Amino acid sequence: MLGASVKEEVNQTEEPRRRRRFVLLSRLKQNKVAYISLWFLVLVHAVVFIGPLLWPYSPEELTGTGALANWSLQHPFGTDDLGRDVFARMLHGGRVTLLVGLCAMLFSLIIGTIIGACAGFFGKVVESVLMRITEAMMAIPNFFFVLVALTVLGTTPFMVVLVIALTGWVEIARVVYGETLRWKEYEFVEAANAAGATAKRILMKYVIPQILPSIIVSGTLAIAWAILTESAISYLGLGIQPPTPTWGNMLQNSQQYIWTAPILGVLPGVAITIVVLAYNFLGDGLRDALDPRFAKK
Amino acid sequence: MKSNKPDVGPLLEIKNLKKYFEIKGGGALGRKKQILKAVDDVSFEIYRGETLGLVGESGCGKSTLGRNILRLQDPTAGEVVYGQENILDYSKKQMRSLRKDMQIIYQDPFGSLNPRFTIGQIIGEMYEIHGLAKGAEKETKVKELLELVGLDANRYHSYPHEFSGGQRQRVGIARALALQPEFIVADEPVSALDVSVQSQVINLLIQLKKEMGLTMLFIAHGLNVVRHISDRVGVMYLGKLVELSDTDSIFNEPAHPYTAALLSTVPEADPEARKERIVLKGEVPSPASPPSGCNFRTRCPLATERCSQEVPQWQETRNGHFTACHYPLEKGETLRDAIAQRGNDADKKMNNLIMA
Repeated sequence: MLGASVKEEVNQTEEPRRRRRFVLLSRLKQNKVAYISLWFLVLVHAVVFIGPLLWPYSPEELTGTGALANWSLQHPFGTDDLGRDVFARMLHGGRVTLLVGLCAMLFSLIIGTIIGACAGFFGKVVESVLMRITEAMMAIPNFFFVLVALTVLGTTPFMVVLVIALTGWVEIARVVYGETLRWKEYEFVEAANAAGATAKRILMKYVIPQILPSIIVSGTLAIAWAILTESAISYLGLGIQPPTPTWGNMLQNSQQYIWTAPILGVLPGVAITIVVLAYNFLGDGLRDALDPRFAKK
Repeated sequence: MKSNKPDVGPLLEIKNLKKYFEIKGGGALGRKKQILKAVDDVSFEIYRGETLGLVGESGCGKSTLGRNILRLQDPTAGEVVYGQENILDYSKKQMRSLRKDMQIIYQDPFGSLNPRFTIGQIIGEMYEIHGLAKGAEKETKVKELLELVGLDANRYHSYPHEFSGGQRQRVGIARALALQPEFIVADEPVSALDVSVQSQVINLLIQLKKEMGLTMLFIAHGLNVVRHISDRVGVMYLGKLVELSDTDSIFNEPAHPYTAALLSTVPEADPEARKERIVLKGEVPSPASPPSGCNFRTRCPLATERCSQEVPQWQETRNGHFTACHYPLEKGETLRDAIAQRGNDADKKMNNLIMA
């Protein structure tokens, strides 16, 4: 009897935590498109990151089958103009493209969160300076900023990530800024101050955890944007340089063969489109799922 | 019943405390700035071991006063003297360590607890912030506290949303008491609770205060709540303290017409004891544009020309009884008597009130 009651008690305290963790997934499930997008993205990432380890062909070496070969069991997507395995290039290219997207997104999130949270939390001079910088950044057309910066700084992968991140943080900073302004007014934040907590502790333990849902949504949308930008600049020849494949530079390379071997252009183009679409769908779905008003419906 | 003159010195001295807010808006292009005097030149002392009740209508600045004393907001001017030092001069670092001694209990038991923390984390934070206890030691201490405030120690891992309003308020009390502070500001701690729960929480506060020898500033908007817990009571109106005295004196012999009017609205438990209810006409003026002279004159039945010209001084009208009024009521005098006796147009002034 005693054992049973103790067990029940443990269950009572454990349950809400578990419920909380899965409530998001179950809400997301109600948006079919977003839910499918989530699993599709999980699949794409798994294939792109694990696939190259299993696939025998290198993306940069000639296969010996010859150029522009048709599809076969050996080379499911055929070979490209130099006779390299297109399937291997799609896998490696996807890995680079998605990695650039993820890294740029992470950088953007870090910069945007720090700037937005500090501006919102400290107010006064800090707020004026940081938000004016943010607004100045918004006034610069992103794409041209990226083009100019990469022309000047060079096109190493690190620079590509950095420059994309430097344009992507602005939106995130504004979202985080607004949310910080909202949450810092809550009494539990003032209570932490009354308890003697430092500003850093209050920000890290009290304010930012509350904003995390919004940051996650911004992050998904930022990935989509970063992938698209990376593809666009690669297409213009300013992104990651050949022979390293990315979906963007594969697209550029395929232009000349668009009539003779259309698959060379269609594959990376479709890959970019559906991954970006999926990220956007997921972002929208997450936004709805994280919206407190959702619960009322 | 309660001691009139506490024999120990003041724990806190509040001297000419002011908190002004600038509000933008008004005027062309919203350039005209207005000053809102939320707390306007308030001075009083809080004695060691006493509970000082502070009452006033919504928006009169009582919560702002409490927060400014704790420096949760920075006052515009004035002094808060604690242990012979003006804590308004303290650096952020000094202030942080002083916070161990001064705590606050909030009105809203929902907004004042971090929804993502467990009860154990919320209270445990107090020890972690000041590096006083960690891990198992912290857990033991928090569980002791939970039992002290009448909660089940087994709910250490529960989240705030799993508790009722009264229980959450107990969590808030436990948090405030964790570091064994000397002074607590209780900012309308029972206003958000059901009446049946209110008395439980008040009794808990009275009991804990006795056990721990706390000094408390108890803010409320009704006099009836304050009566049971306070040794002395202060009454605020539009950012100013209008009357301060020991509880019995305030309730039996109010000196300020505002206090007298407030008192007449306190419901009586005995239905036979019919008493005159005085309802003040009009609304509280905006603190952004208070009336000239005495703030209360626009609604005061005793107001004269003088009240619109001179700001009444804060002075000791009787022994230990402070008032800011040009025409304070005498000991035992009712507001109706005062209207009838003073001034020529008594009828007109009577009309300014609704009596039942």
